Parts: sequence; C-alpha cells; structure tokens
Amino acid sequence: MKKVYAKEEVCVGCKLCEVYCITSHSRYKDVLKAYKFDSNRPAPRIVVEENRPLSFSLQCRHCDDAPCVKACITGAMQKDPVTGVVTCDTDKCVGCWTCVLVCGFGAIVRDTNNKIASKCDLCAESGEPACVKNCPNEALVYEGGI
Amino acid sequence: MSLNYLTPEFKVLRDYDKCINCKVCMRQCANEVHSYDEDLGKMVADDYKCVNCQRCVVMCPTHALTIVKHPQVFRENANWTYDAIRDIYRQAETGGVLLSAMGNDRPYPIYWDKMVINASQVTNPSIDPLREPMELKIFIGRKPDKIELDENLNVKTKMPPQLTLNYPIMFSAMSYGSISYNAHASLARAAKELGIYYNTGEGGLHKDFRKYGPNTIVQVASGRFGVDREYLKTAAAVEIKIGQGAKPGIGGHLPGEKVSEDISETRMIPVGSDAISPAPHHDIYSIEDLSQLIYSLKEATDYKKPVGVKIAAVNNVAAIASGIARAGADYIAIDGFRGGTGAAPKRIRDNVGIPIEFAIASVDSRLRSEGIRHTISLIAAGSIRSSADIVKAIALGADAVYIGSAALIALGCHMCQQCYTGKCNWGIATQDPNLVKRLNPEIGYKRLVNLITAWGHEIQEMLGGMGINDIESLKGNRLMLRGIGMTQKELDVLGILAAGE
Ligand code: SF4
Ligand code: SF4
Ligand code: SF4
Ligand code: SF4
Repeated sequence: MKKVYAKEEVCVGCKLCEVYCITSHSRYKDVLKAYKFDSNRPAPRIVVEENRPLSFSLQCRHCDDAPCVKACITGAMQKDPVTGVVTCDTDKCVGCWTCVLVCGFGAIVRDTNNKIASKCDLCAESGEPACVKNCPNEALVYEGGI
Repeated sequence: MSLNYLTPEFKVLRDYDKCINCKVCMRQCANEVHSYDEDLGKMVADDYKCVNCQRCVVMCPTHALTIVKHPQVFRENANWTYDAIRDIYRQAETGGVLLSAMGNDRPYPIYWDKMVINASQVTNPSIDPLREPMELKIFIGRKPDKIELDENLNVKTKMPPQLTLNYPIMFSAMSYGSISYNAHASLARAAKELGIYYNTGEGGLHKDFRKYGPNTIVQVASGRFGVDREYLKTAAAVEIKIGQGAKPGIGGHLPGEKVSEDISETRMIPVGSDAISPAPHHDIYSIEDLSQLIYSLKEATDYKKPVGVKIAAVNNVAAIASGIARAGADYIAIDGFRGGTGAAPKRIRDNVGIPIEFAIASVDSRLRSEGIRHTISLIAAGSIRSSADIVKAIALGADAVYIGSAALIALGCHMCQQCYTGKCNWGIATQDPNLVKRLNPEIGYKRLVNLITAWGHEIQEMLGGMGINDIESLKGNRLMLRGIGMTQKELDVLGILAAGE
C-alpha cells in the first residue's frame, strides 16, 4: 500500500507537517481558523522527532499485522481489508490508550482535548496526506504499491 | 564596551491576528530572532538580530510576518549617510576591517540598464523561435587561424580543445566551503542536465562530485587547494584564478572553524587549519610566468582540455587580457566589480574594480584590433541578472556568461549579504548541518534547470526579434545595441551608438 515515508536528510524540523495535519483534521480546513476558532482542535497525528541536526516526522506505518487493531478493547481500531489503512473510529474509542501502549513506533497520539486515540488516516477525506502536500522541503513522500 | 550605539536595521512585524504560535519562525531563524514568551503567552522578536533573510516570512503558514526597514532615522544628511555613520560605530566598537558579502551594492550606474536591444521591422524579417530553428549552442576555446579541408572536403585542421555549451551560460566559481555541499550538488546536477558547466571554485572537488567531471571546470588558485593530477584529469576544463570582481587584488581566507573533516579532505589541508589564498600566485609575476602555469596545466592534461584564466575587471583590463591571450589561455573570464563573494572587505568590494560592461567592450575591441580575438573565448561575469543582460553582454563581445549570484537566488538566496557569518538560513552559504539540510538538492537542481531553460527561451525570443537565428551571430554585434542616458565617452568605450542614431 501507499505510505508516507520520511527523508530525514532533508527534513528541516520546521513542524509545518504538524500544523497542516491539525488543519486537515479540524472542522475548518484553514490554518488560521483551525487554530483560532476550533475549540475541539485535534492533536497532530504526525510528530516530528528531533535530535539535531537529525529530524524526521513520524506517523502510523499502517502495519500489516497491526498490534493496535488486535489490542483495541472496543473494536474502534480497524484495518481496512481493501486499502490497508488503519483508522480509529472515534465514536467507538473510549480513550483507554491500550493502542498507544502497544504501538511499537509511538505513532498513536493521545488527543486529550477530545479523549480519543488519534492517528494518521492518510487524510482519507481529502485523498492526499496534508503533511506531504505542505512539507516545504519535500522531506515527506507518499509512495509504494497497492 | 557596554552600550551598543547601533540601532536595529530591520523591524519584525507580526500580525497577532494571524499568528497561531506554531513556532515555525522560531525554529527556522538561525539568528534566534523569534521566541515564545511563556508569560506573555505569545511570540516575540528581537529586531536587533534580524538580517532580513526572509526565511521566517516565507515559512510562516499564516503569512503573519513582514520584515521592514527599521523606521529609525538619523537627522537627514546627504553627506553623513546612514551607512557611513553606522560603519564608524561598528569599527569603533570592533577595531576590525568591515566584512561584507555578495556583490557591490552601491548605487553606481548599471550600464546594462542604459542599453537597449534592436529588433527587425519591415526591412529584414524577425524569426519566430517556436517555428524555426534557433541555435544557442556555443563552443568555448581557442579557434584555429584558418580551417583547411582535404580533397573530400573533410576538415583537416586539428581543433584545439573546446567546451560545448547548450546555453551561453555557466555557473561561476563558488567553492565548497564558501557554499554548502547541497548547493554544490544542485549546481553540478543542473549543469549536467542542461549541458553546461559549473565551476568548483578554489576549494577542490568533493569526491562525491567526480561523477560530474564532464560538466566541471576546476580552479587552480593561489592557495592550490585540492589540486592534484586526478583533480585536473576529472574536469572538463581547468581555470587559473587570478582574481575575482568582488575583491580584486585581495586573497581569500576560510577560517579554520569552517574546515570540517569533509572540507579538509576536499581541500587537502588539515582539519581546523585556516585556508589562506594569498593575494598573488607566488609563482606568477609576469605574463611569462602565467604562460608557464598555463602550459604546465595543459601538459598535465595532455593538451586535451581548455585552460582558462579568470581575472577581475580593473583599469587596464584590455592590455592584461591581450597578454593572457598571448600566454596561451583558451578562454578568459572577466569578473566585473559587482561580482558576488562569500566574504570580502566591504571597502574593497564597494570601491575597487570597474563595471563588466566596459571591461567586455574594451577587451573585445582590443583583441579584435590585434587580430587575436579568435584565439581566445571571452566569458563575462559579475552580476548578470537576466537573459537581457546576457544578450547585451554577448552583443558587446562576450562568448558566454558566468552566473553566480543569480544561481544562488534561484536556490533560495534572499540577498541578505550575511554569507560570511556562516548562518545562511537558506542552507547555501553555510556548513552547519542543521542549515545545509534546508537546501534539498532534488529541488535545487530543478530550480536551476528551470531558470536556465527560461532564460534560454527569452534569449531565443530576443534573437528572433533581431532576425538572428544563431547566438554566434550576435557575438560582438554592437550595432544591435543603443545607449540611453550615457555620455559620449561612455558610448565610445562601449562602442555603441546612442538611441536614435
Ligand atoms: S514539514 Fe517536512 S521538513 Fe518540516 S518537519 Fe515536517 S517533514 Fe520535516
Ligand atoms: S511562523 Fe507565523 S504563525 Fe507561526 S509562530 Fe511564527 S509568526 Fe506565528
Ligand atoms: S533573520 Fe531571517 S529568519 Fe530571522 S527573523 Fe529575520 S528574516 Fe526572519
Ligand atoms: S547566500 Fe544565504 S547568507 Fe548569503 S546572501 Fe544569500 S541568503 Fe544571505
């Protein structure tokens, strides 16, 4: 499946990917409004890891054998059998953080504002991951087979 | 000293209605201008440290930032200008020579902007470059006195070595050390893609870039950094650097702290040692000495590569160029007084040398009058800003141009003139690994290719307009130029007529 890959050699650690991730998952699809007006502003589902000069952005790897899906106590965490995308059904999620505990990459974020597990959904709604589209240095690529 | 007499040069304006406290600006400014004040709960800026590189402005996701010239003024004084007073404060504080970077920024006349280009109307037709062939290819190198053919009309004359350029444009000498690895990677790859050449400058050739050898001109400068047999063999041509437009008569100095492991290997000097390029070559004190070096380099490269000489444009440039042609050089690159640099003493940069427009015209005239113009190619450098400047340079007599600053601007340089600080926020004039990463060569080389391709189209349009279908036919064709707002003496030196004449 197509995934987001980080090219750490050109990641400049600006964290714009986080800004655009938040925007993409806010009910306003506009940076300014998402930050200024969204009272339920989502947490970023992509996290920039840094140990300067090294930096790269990390998000869900959509594992084939996803431990978070197995561990989820309510069945909120699901892997789409067709697309392979792992998503969290926020209506079912109770914020127990079991998935956070089992994810080997630390790619699941606790959205304490909304008390749900928050993770990369590859911007399923818009079709193209917002982090990839807005990374100023092409340090993120969206590629791979089906 | 306790009190700093200097006031900030720029003011950082932040539109708090738009600022979302994302701290992108803070993370991107290597000058540490921006910070988040926990107590105030908002971003603040230290105007003093801002150099107006505009990195934060471009990166801010909500366009909340504007950098303006600081409104603080001195009492109006046409003699004691803002810069004159501030330079004295600086020197009174430090006791040092003022440093600067990029080219001469003083308001001397720009002669490119006082020349206009001809076009055909009625009496000879213009040519549409989209419909008809339009040649931009040129060859750099000595041309034979005559061409001899055998009975089958094949060329018998042995051609001296030539560089073939798909565009009459090359990337000027910029050393690894003065610019970053990623900047070099972008230039080298773009040169290859475009079928032109880039120039290593005097800092040696990094081993990773040997593969670009066929598109590389290597320099032999007074410090002889990185020069060995392989260096010469790898390159397409060798250039002896005598001088550069930003600092004629002055040597170079790369401070030891910038001589990293990688740079030390490339320059072939110990890590952490100052890389000093003496002002003169200590083995060149005459045209005869220069000739010896030219022929040593030709010998070392089996007479298979052009050997050129780069000089700064100075008062008697025509006589010097004539000497260089007679010394056996295949090309001469002349760098005008606006040529860029990574670091130069400000007074030298701003006061020494002559404009490239005059230098090209007088050198071309002199070589023609001596009947030796064909023995050498002429490359104009020193602030070529657009395709129109190139057309004018070639009409004045150049074969091709070198672009340096324009190439860096294509890579993101915002002309803040702080290259000598090593904190280039655009990843160009720096060796800081945090900053070098900001220039992604994948993006960089495409931007350079775009720029040169665009200029190529524009040159073709201008040539077509003049009814010319080959850039070679424009060379030294000064009737295609007219001057506006110049004295008769200036027109005479440039060898052009006034508009309307
Ligand atoms: S936006 Fe791109 S360059 Fe900036 S931190 Fe994210 S991945 Fe790195
Ligand atoms: S980058 Fe722009 S929005 Fe973000 S903190 Fe700086 S000024 Fe504010
Ligand atoms: S130095 Fe550059 S990045 Fe820093 S505040 Fe000024 S313009 Fe912005
Ligand atoms: S290369 Fe960098 S430091 Fe030098 S003028 Fe351009 S932006 Fe400024």
